[in-house]
Amino acid sequence: MKTLMKGNEAIAEAAIRAGCEAYFGYPITPQTEVLEYMSRRMPDLGRVFVQAESELGAINMVYGAACTGARVMTTTSSPGFSLMQEGISYIALSFVPCVVVNIMRGGPGLGNIQPSQGDYFQMTKGGGHGDYNLIALAPATVQEAVDLVVEAFDLAEKYTQPVMVIADGMVGQIMEPVAFPEMQEIRRATFPWALTGAKDRPHNIITSLFLNANQLEEENLRLQRIIAAIRANEVRYAEYMMEGAEIVVVAYGTAGRIVQTAVKQARAQGIPVGLFRPISVFPYPYAALDKVANTTRQFLVVELNAGQMLEDVRLATRDRVPISFFGKMGGLVPLPEEVLAEIKKLA
Amino acid sequence: MTEEVELVFSRPKSLADVVTSYCPGCIHGITHRLVADVMDELGIRERTIGIAPVGCSVLAYYFFECDFAEAPHGRAPAMATGMKRTNPDKVIFTYQGDGDLASIGTNELIHAAARGENITIFFINNAVYGMTGGQMAPTTLPGMVTTSSPYGRDVKTQGYPVRVAELVSQLDGAAYIVRRTAYNPAEVRKLRKAIKTAFQVQMAGLGFSLVEVVSNCPTNWGMAPKESLKFVEERMIAYYPLGDYKVKDEVKALK
Repeated sequence: MKTLMKGNEAIAEAAIRAGCEAYFGYPITPQTEVLEYMSRRMPDLGRVFVQAESELGAINMVYGAACTGARVMTTTSSPGFSLMQEGISYIALSFVPCVVVNIMRGGPGLGNIQPSQGDYFQMTKGGGHGDYNLIALAPATVQEAVDLVVEAFDLAEKYTQPVMVIADGMVGQIMEPVAFPEMQEIRRATFPWALTGAKDRPHNIITSLFLNANQLEEENLRLQRIIAAIRANEVRYAEYMMEGAEIVVVAYGTAGRIVQTAVKQARAQGIPVGLFRPISVFPYPYAALDKVANTTRQFLVVELNAGQMLEDVRLATRDRVPISFFGKMGGLVPLPEEVLAEIKKLA
Repeated sequence: MTEEVELVFSRPKSLADVVTSYCPGCIHGITHRLVADVMDELGIRERTIGIAPVGCSVLAYYFFECDFAEAPHGRAPAMATGMKRTNPDKVIFTYQGDGDLASIGTNELIHAAARGENITIFFINNAVYGMTGGQMAPTTLPGMVTTSSPYGRDVKTQGYPVRVAELVSQLDGAAYIVRRTAYNPAEVRKLRKAIKTAFQVQMAGLGFSLVEVVSNCPTNWGMAPKESLKFVEERMIAYYPLGDYKVKDEVKALK
């Protein structure tokens, strides 16, 4: 059975179904409905909800709870995500799991509250200080957001790392019919690293401080091994009308969804065009896109930013095939017709 | 002939048998011992989680034999909030210095207290950033020379010290807020009692507890340990009066 639901509320319900034990958040448009939904549902279920004093507070509450092995999440939007970078960097080298959802809005600075993909670099290239990359999953629809949020909790625990869900204001605000998975009860997995009280074992320490350079390098190498495993195992992407596509449009999230409509319209007009839509923007589907470059003559990258994923497309295809870019900033979202016009220029 | 020997003094089980990173004569060592001693007495070591700050006590997790996390600078009260809310059966304490708690971490401190988080904070106030080499802290006394107030703290341009115990005691969520010190044995005993009460407040679910410890920094103050204790007694206490700033009625009823 499907329920008609706003993206943000669906993301909240998805986390609850995934057994999220505690939620810590701070109001910021366009993600605030997640916070509001959690403030109603979590206490009802006997779970933890705290409205933090800031995004710094929220991510560190997440950090604290995660250290004890709890399934825990926070959600925010771009300026708040910047504030969380400090905590996320610490969590990455602490090797504890959590889920962070960024409902991106227009930037830089205070920007505005319209949909954007301006945080792509921050979400996929580390974001905070130090060497790390985190799984970043980019849903294009509310249903996909639900599925990826549920999956994010499992991935976080599998890799003992924060997992990012990178959605834009459109995914957060749009209403669509969605199906939810079965409710998972809260269960505390027995992680050997978790701070559960030093009973019948030596005390556990969770820290990201390693004053000895050799030891810090070892911890970094451990992190890089995890990232290598993520690159090897967690690549996700979708293809649409790729058969015989001479022109391939690369887009993710809401941009990917708009492109899908444009591709359908273009195909109806006999233009051989397809859509390649990365779902994991980290790890990026480099190999798959590289393969696509063997059979296409032209790429078009469409983003709600100045061309951030564009760099990954160039990296994947090593500039063997010409790449055009069509982007909107300032929270503007292109119409399918505008994308179609761009495709026609290349046909 | 054998003689019965009774052990009357030993290292607390909650205190690790390691050399600490603290300077000789520093009150950190005394406070660590007291916290560990009280954990032993209350039998809570196996269900206590500590949170270390950024500062001189950044490595506190090596010195206590309980589970420990290391917080980003100033964020320990937020981490403690996340831990306690998801683990109400555990005893959660943070151990923070003045730079950590009274400067970069004021927001986290104030709001944890305002929410009445059922956590315990041990706050070591020695009026300088010790670990980074003795810079001016929010708690540096007026006129005090530090490496970043070389002409002495001028309140006209560098502001006034923050009195944490007074500040936090104004919040309704605060249950037990006291200021103690450790410059002589009598004060050490009072400090130990306050540490015990603070833990008991949390164990009874009565809300936010904080013990401010007016401390010394022989190294960065450029004083011999004994001289630094005299400075605490004469100068620090004058600005940071000892006392009970907030003791809720339910706390008074604790026995």
